Order: sequence, then C-alpha cells, then structure tokens
Amino acid sequence: MTDIRYLAPGTLDEAVGAYAAAAGAARILAGGTDLLVQMRAGVVRPGLIVDIKKIAEMTTIEETPEGGFRIGAAVSGARLAEHPRFGKVWPGVLEGINLIGSKQVQGRASPGGNLCNASPAGDSVPAMIAAGAVVTIQGPNGRRQMPVEAVPAGPGRTNLAPGEILVSFTLPPQPAGTGDAYLRMIPRTEMDIAVVGCGACITLEDGVVTQARIGLGAVAPTPLLVGPAAAALIGSRLEEAALAAAAAACSAACRPIDDKRGTIAYRTKVAGVLLRRCVAIAADRAGRA
Amino acid sequence: MAKIHVTTTVNGEPVEFLCEPQQSMLDVLRGPLGLTGSKEGCGSGDCGACSITLDGRLICSCLMLAVEAEGHEIGTIEGMASGDGLHPLQQKFLEMAALQCGICTPGVLIAARALLEKNPDPTETEVRFGLAGNLCRCTGYDKIVRAVLETAAEMRGAKAEMPEAVR
Repeated sequence: MTDIRYLAPGTLDEAVGAYAAAAGAARILAGGTDLLVQMRAGVVRPGLIVDIKKIAEMTTIEETPEGGFRIGAAVSGARLAEHPRFGKVWPGVLEGINLIGSKQVQGRASPGGNLCNASPAGDSVPAMIAAGAVVTIQGPNGRRQMPVEAVPAGPGRTNLAPGEILVSFTLPPQPAGTGDAYLRMIPRTEMDIAVVGCGACITLEDGVVTQARIGLGAVAPTPLLVGPAAAALIGSRLEEAALAAAAAACSAACRPIDDKRGTIAYRTKVAGVLLRRCVAIAADRAGRA
Repeated sequence: MAKIHVTTTVNGEPVEFLCEPQQSMLDVLRGPLGLTGSKEGCGSGDCGACSITLDGRLICSCLMLAVEAEGHEIGTIEGMASGDGLHPLQQKFLEMAALQCGICTPGVLIAARALLEKNPDPTETEVRFGLAGNLCRCTGYDKIVRAVLETAAEMRGAKAEMPEAVR
C-alpha cells in the first residue's frame, strides 16, 4: 500500500495549498461518511487526506447581517438540527439534510460532502436548490461563488476546478410569507436512497405565489433546478391547473435511468406527484410564516 | 511509514496512541486500546455495531479516522456503566432480555442513550427512527424498542421523584 499522509490545516489557505499541490492525489475529509467507505472499498486511494474540520469558516453556522444563513461546508447534519433557528427558517433544507443516513451518519455527514460526492440522489441538494443557496469555493486562483445547482457535473463529478475546495453555503434572506419543504420517495420508511427527491420553496402574498423555486433529485445525472415548474406556480393561487402544469413540467424535466430502485416511467410520474405534495407543505408553511 | 501520535480522551481518561493515517477509530479502539466492546459489523456505516460518541455526538467509529480523535472526547460502551452500577438501559436490556446474540447490543445501547439524552420521552416511532442506524441480525427489534421505552419511563419517574434542587 502506498503511503497516505494526513493533514488537518488550521486555515483555508493552507488547505487549498496542500490540496492543489497534491494534484488530484488528495481527497478532502469532512464527515468522511463517503470517503472512508470509498477508501475501504478500494475505489479511491488518496496520497493525501486534507481534514478541513479545524478550519473555523468551514465548521461554523452563522446568520448573515441580511438575514440569511451561512453554513460551513463541513458542518454536520446533527449540528444543523441542534441549531436553535436554522430548522425554523429552513425546515425543508433541514429535512433534506437530516435524511442523509442514520443518526450515526448525521453526527458526521455534511451538506458540503453530500454536494461534492455528486450523487444524483443526494437528499440535501434539491432542497438547497429550491432555497436558492449559493456556494463559496476557494482555490489556487482565489474565491468564487456559484449557485448550488451548478456544482454537480454528473454522477461523482463536480464543476470545481482542480485544487478548489467548497467552503460554505449561503442561503438568502427570505421574504415574508416564505416556506420550504423536501420530500423523497423511497420504498421503505428510513435508511434508503431517494428514487425521486423534490424540494420546493414558495413565497405567498395574499394567497398568490410571488416566488417559487423547485429542485428535483434522482431523475437525471445531476439534481435539477426546474424553472418551468416554478413559472407555472408564480402568479397562481395554487389552483389545480397551476399544480397540474407544474407537475407536468417536473415530469418533462426528468431524464432518469432505469434501475433496481425505479423505472424511467415510475420516476417520471413520481416527480410530478412529489411536486404536488411538496408544494402543499411549503405553501402551508408559507401561510404561517 | 511514520505513525501519528494522537492525544485524546476516552471515557473521561486521557489516552495517547500511535496510528496509521488511514486507520479507523474502531481499529484503534479494538486493537491498541483493547476496548473490544465496540463491534465491527459492516465497516461502512450501515449497521451501527461500532457506535461511539465523539464530543457527545453519536457516530460510527468505522467511519472516523483515529487521527481525528486528537483533542476530542470519545465515549464507548466501556464507559457506560459507572463503577459497578449498570446504566439503566443496560439493566433494562438484561431484565427484558432485549438481546439475542449480543453483537449489536453495545451499539444499540450507545445509540439509545444518545436518543434518550435528547428526547427523554420518545414515542415508539421515535425510538424506531432513532435506532434505524442499528441493525440486529437476530431481528430482535421489538424487545429492544420496548426496553428503551421502559427505560425512558423509568428514568423520567426517577427524575420526577428527585427533589427539585437535585434535578
């Protein structure tokens, strides 16, 4: 076995320097719930492991002065669940994050890892897309931001450039009357991988939808932002015609695979069903927000 | 290969060990530290037999590198009883025979304690979700769930009987 080195730098600059210098032989360690399994299976054999949990910016949850949230990429699902305000403001995002694995996995697994692992079925991603989350990335050429939906490039691949590290998620401030939700379809009740996942974020003003964002997971090589579904809802009072159009837009956006979890026809149909259920929950929360 | 020196706390005691960078916490617990209560089931975070706490939070020790223990607090099944006195969960598991072959039991106990610390009055559904990361190969889930619910009720009762000042 080749030598593995372990580094736990205290600053992002050090982490980026070491990660970039290793030129593809390095892996980032946040919660490790994917990385350690992959190492054990022999799928990855990193020459260098860069543990980012000693970097304050990557392990902090903070409310921004504008009223949004900034979540360090390595914050665990358990810590987000314990946060006094996060789950009240973004219950849908928290639902998505807290569906990643067991309580044990929640103690370590992070939304940053869920995004960078780039599974089409990652549960936190559709909810983050619906929330309009923006990620901050740092690399050898400095910092940049991109919308969360621009990070996955395909199964197991991201659009991060060599040497770049995902630093944090920024969730925008919410207008009054906003609610979000995440639902996934799985054949059992817990501990499974989404057959379809749907995130919705809705803003209501006197019962009329003024803003909407819809994210879908497990129905394409990457999680999707479904603009046409949101467009069908905006301006409506969530009447049947608007919901039917949004559900049809979700089904139309699907480019799924056939596998043991679900067929192409099933996933395509369920995407529309979940859209309706998820919007109903988000709208109910918006009505109470 | 140069081993890494790690200083940590295990069950409240300061502990030092040497490990390889890729070694899991579970390997070091069961090997050099001789704490074999935590079991290896799947090695991929699915079964929960290796459950421990890291700074009080429930995790799988097979999914943690031993080097990550530096400066943190590890809690294992060996630290669950205080002296000769079993933890109420351990006592109840014995009384209600909430175990068959026993390999999942240490992990179940650690996870159940973590659950009751956060939620002293869980519903049956909450217990089942809380323990969803612990697989019992004998499928003895009903007795486990009942024992956790009974313990919770007993611990709440004991707390209610305590004078206000002690609570």
